[in-house]
Amino acid sequence: MRRRTLLASTALLPFGARVVSAAPPPETITPALIEAARKEGKVNYYTAMDLSVAEPVARAFEAKYPGIKVAVERTGSERLFNRIAQEAASKIYKVDVANSADAAHFLPWKRQGWLAPFVTVEMAENVPAEQRDPDGTYVNQRTHLSAIAYNTSLVKPEDAPKGFADLLDPKYAGKMVKAHPGYSGTIMTATQQLAQALGWGYFEKLAKQKVLQVQSATEPPKKIEAGERAIAVDGSDYLFWMAKERGSPIQVVHAVEGTPLITNPMAVFKAAPNPNAARLLVAWIMSAEGQQFIVDLSGQYPANKLVKAKAGRPALASIKTFKEDPAAVEKQADEIKARYAKIFKV
Amino acid sequence: MMRAFDASRPVLIAVAALLVVMIVLPVGWLVVYSLSDKDGGATLGNFTTLFTDPTFVDPLITTLIIAVSVSLLCCAIAAPLGWLVARTDMPFAKSVRTLVMASLVTPPFVGAIAWEMLAAPNSGLLNQLWRVLTGMPADEALLDIYSLEGLIFVIACYTFPYVFILVANALDRMPGELEDASSMLGAKTWDTARRITVPLALPTLLAGALVAFLQALNLFGSPAILAIPAGFHTLTTRIWSLFQFPPKPELAAAASLPLLILTVLLLRAQAMALGRRGYAVLGGKYGEPRLIRLGALKWPAVGLALVVLAMPLFLPYAALFNSAFSRVASRIISVETATLHNFRFTFLELSSTMPALKNTFLLAVSSATVGALLALLIAYIVARQAVAGHRVLGFLATAPLAIPGIVLGVGLFLAYTRPPLTLYGTLWILLIAFVTIELPAAYQQLSSAFHAVHPELEEAGRMLGATRLRTLADITAPLLRSAVIATWCFIFVAVIRELSAAVILFTSDTKVLSVLIFDLKESGDVGAIAVLSLVMVGITTVVVAAANRLGGARNAGRLHARAVG
Repeated sequence: MRRRTLLASTALLPFGARVVSAAPPPETITPALIEAARKEGKVNYYTAMDLSVAEPVARAFEAKYPGIKVAVERTGSERLFNRIAQEAASKIYKVDVANSADAAHFLPWKRQGWLAPFVTVEMAENVPAEQRDPDGTYVNQRTHLSAIAYNTSLVKPEDAPKGFADLLDPKYAGKMVKAHPGYSGTIMTATQQLAQALGWGYFEKLAKQKVLQVQSATEPPKKIEAGERAIAVDGSDYLFWMAKERGSPIQVVHAVEGTPLITNPMAVFKAAPNPNAARLLVAWIMSAEGQQFIVDLSGQYPANKLVKAKAGRPALASIKTFKEDPAAVEKQADEIKARYAKIFKV
Repeated sequence: MMRAFDASRPVLIAVAALLVVMIVLPVGWLVVYSLSDKDGGATLGNFTTLFTDPTFVDPLITTLIIAVSVSLLCCAIAAPLGWLVARTDMPFAKSVRTLVMASLVTPPFVGAIAWEMLAAPNSGLLNQLWRVLTGMPADEALLDIYSLEGLIFVIACYTFPYVFILVANALDRMPGELEDASSMLGAKTWDTARRITVPLALPTLLAGALVAFLQALNLFGSPAILAIPAGFHTLTTRIWSLFQFPPKPELAAAASLPLLILTVLLLRAQAMALGRRGYAVLGGKYGEPRLIRLGALKWPAVGLALVVLAMPLFLPYAALFNSAFSRVASRIISVETATLHNFRFTFLELSSTMPALKNTFLLAVSSATVGALLALLIAYIVARQAVAGHRVLGFLATAPLAIPGIVLGVGLFLAYTRPPLTLYGTLWILLIAFVTIELPAAYQQLSSAFHAVHPELEEAGRMLGATRLRTLADITAPLLRSAVIATWCFIFVAVIRELSAAVILFTSDTKVLSVLIFDLKESGDVGAIAVLSLVMVGITTVVVAAANRLGGARNAGRLHARAVG
C-alpha cells in the first residue's frame, strides 16, 4: 500500500529526482571552502587515469589554487580497490578522492557508508542524472572506451581487423597485446561486457592466439606505439588517440560487434584526511573549466554537458557501444578474475 | 670501590628477545595462517589446494625448472671466467673482476626491464639491429625475452656474479704447491688444471650452484616483469597475485612454506659443500698461486670476458640511457630526437617521485644504521663469547637467510596488520623487514672482522675497569671501522634495490623507489622507469664509491661476495 504511493509520487517528479534521495543541497566553490582547503594544503587523489593526463590535471588544479598540493596515487582500478580495502582494514585513512574505471566499485563503497555525499550546482545542472548517484555520493568524471587499435606501419588498413571476431584469425596470432581485468577497471568492465555479448568461449579462442598479456589498460597503447605488437585487443582509447595525434602510426577500430564503454566515477571519502581540499578538487574537476582541461588534453568524453567533445574525435553517439552494467560487474567480478586467470594462465 | 654495572647480560637478553620477535613472529603467523581456513578454523585444505590445483602446481614446477637452469648456466659462465681472472695472466683481470661486482649494483628487476627494451621480440633494440643487418622479416625475431628461456637468461645475468665471486675468491686462496708438484712431476699445464685445480674448486662451485639456485628460487622482480606477459607464473609471482582482491592470505602463507623449507634445506647443503673444502685448502702457509700463461689465447680470453660483461652491464645500461632520452623506448635516439621529456615528467610532474626518493633514502640510512649496529653487537657477543648462550644469538642472526623476501613480506603483513602492533602503513614495518633481511650478511661480515681483532686489546680495557659495552665502544669499534662502514654500505645498497618484501608491505604513504618503478612498469611508462633506474643506480654507486674511500676498497669489495650468503 505504502509502496504504491511512493512509486506513484516518484512518477510525478521531474526526471532524475527521487523521493528518497539523500543528496545534500548543491554547493558552489566558496571562498570559505578554498580557505579551508588551503589550510589542509594537500589532497590525495587515487585514480586509474593514465599519468600523462592525471598528473597535468593535478598540476592545473595546483596552479588554480596555489598552496594545495595534489598527490596522485595512480594504479589500476582493481589495485586501487584492493588498496583502499586493505588500508581501511588497518585503519589507515589516506584516500581523499577516489576515481575508478570500474563503476562497480562505488556500489560497495556506498553501501558500507564510506562515501561522503557532495554535489555542486554545476553537477546538479549539467551532469546527466544517469551519470550521478541520486544520493550524491559519486559522479561520473569522464567516459572513455576500450577500443581495438593497430599500428599502421605493421598492419595495412585492408588487413586490419574490423571487430572482435576478426581477432581470432590465425594471421593475427602472436601479434596482439591485451590488458588484464585483475589489474585494470577498464578491462574488468570491458570483459564483463564482452563476455555478456560474445560469451566466454570467445576468450578461450582468443587465448590460443598467443596474446602478450600486460596489466594496465594504459599499456597496450604504449606497446603498439613502440611496435612491440601490431594490434591491441583492448586499451584506453584516449591514449591511442593521443599517440596518433603525436604523429605515431596508430589507427583506432570501433568493433562491428560494439565497443566496451567505461564511465569513470569519482567520490569523496567520508574518512578523508583532507575533506575540504577533496571537495574543492571534485568541484573543480566537474566544473566546465576542469572538464575542458581533461577534454583538451586527452579527448575523453566529458560528463559536463556544457563541455564539447574534442574536435577530430568521433562523437560518442556515432559509435556502437555496449551497455555498462555496474551491478552485474560487482556480482561477477570475482568470477571474471578467476575465469580469466584460468583461460589466460596469468 | 664500586664496580661499574656490567650491562652485558640484560643486553644479551634484550637482543635475543628482539631477534626472536623479528623472526618468530612473522614465521609463526605464516604457519598459523597456512593451517587456517577463511574463517579461522583449522584445516589442511590450503596444502591440498597447493599440491593439486594446477594454478599452483604449474608455477611450482616452472620455478624448479628456472632455478635448476639458472644454477647450471651460472656455473657454466662463472667457473671459466673466475678461473681466467684468478689463475691466468689474462690482461685486465682486475678490471673484469671489478666490473662483474659492479653489475651487482643493478637491481634484478631493473635488469629485466632493460632486457625487455633490448630483446622484446618486435621492438627490442637487438632484434631491430639484427633485422637491419640480416634483412630478417619484420614478424620474425632473433630473441624473445617473453619466454621461459628469456627469463632464465635474465635471472642468470644478475645471479652469475655471486657464483663468480665465490669461485674467484676460492681460486685466489688455493695453494700453488699442489699445482707446482703436479707440473714438476711432468704434467702439462692443462693436465694440472684439469686434475688438480678443478677438483679443488669443485666444492666451491657446488656451493655457488646452490647460491644461484636459491636466488632464482626466491626472486620476485624479474619473473613479475617477464613471466606474466609470457603467460606463466612462478611461485613468487603466484604468491603475490594472492594479495590481489579478494586477498587470500591463507593460501599465500601455505604457498610460502615450500619456499621456506626448500631454502633451509639448501642452506644446510651449502654449508656442507663449503665445509668439505676445509681439508683441501686450509692449514699452514702456502705460496702465491702460479698464473697460467695463456699465450696466444690471451686476447680471445679478454673478448670472452667482455661478451659476458655485456649481458648484465654494457647492453642493459645502453638501453636504459637510450630510453631515458627517447619518447618511445624502442626508438634509437639521435642528437635531433633526444628529448628531456622523461626527465621533466619524472621530476616535475610525477607526484610520487619525491616522496618515494625520500622514503627510500630514509629507510636505507636507518636500516643500514640499525642493521650495522645490531650486527656489530651480536658479532661481538658471539666472537668474544661474552655470555653463556652466545651461540643462540649467532644462529638467530643467520636464520633470516632462510626466509625469502616475499615470504618475509607475507609473514610481516600477517603479523603487523593486527593489534597490538599495527605497523602496516608505517615505515617501521619496512624498516623491520629490511633489517631482518640484511642481518645475516651483516652479521657474517662483522663476525669475520672480529676474528681479525686480537682480544688482548679488549682485555686491557676490561682490566682497566671499563665495562664490556664501553670496551666495545672505545676500543673494538674503532678498530673495526672499515668493516662497519662496509657493512653499513652493503645494507644501504641492498635496501635501495629491495622489491619483494616492499611490494607486499607498502601503502600509498610508504612507497619506495623500487615499488614506484614496479608500479610504472605495470602502466608501461618505461621512460620514467629508465630515468628512475639510472637515479637509483647513481645513488648506489656514489654511496659505494664513498664507502670505498672511507673504509678501504678491499673491504667494501669483498663484502659483496659474502652478501649473497
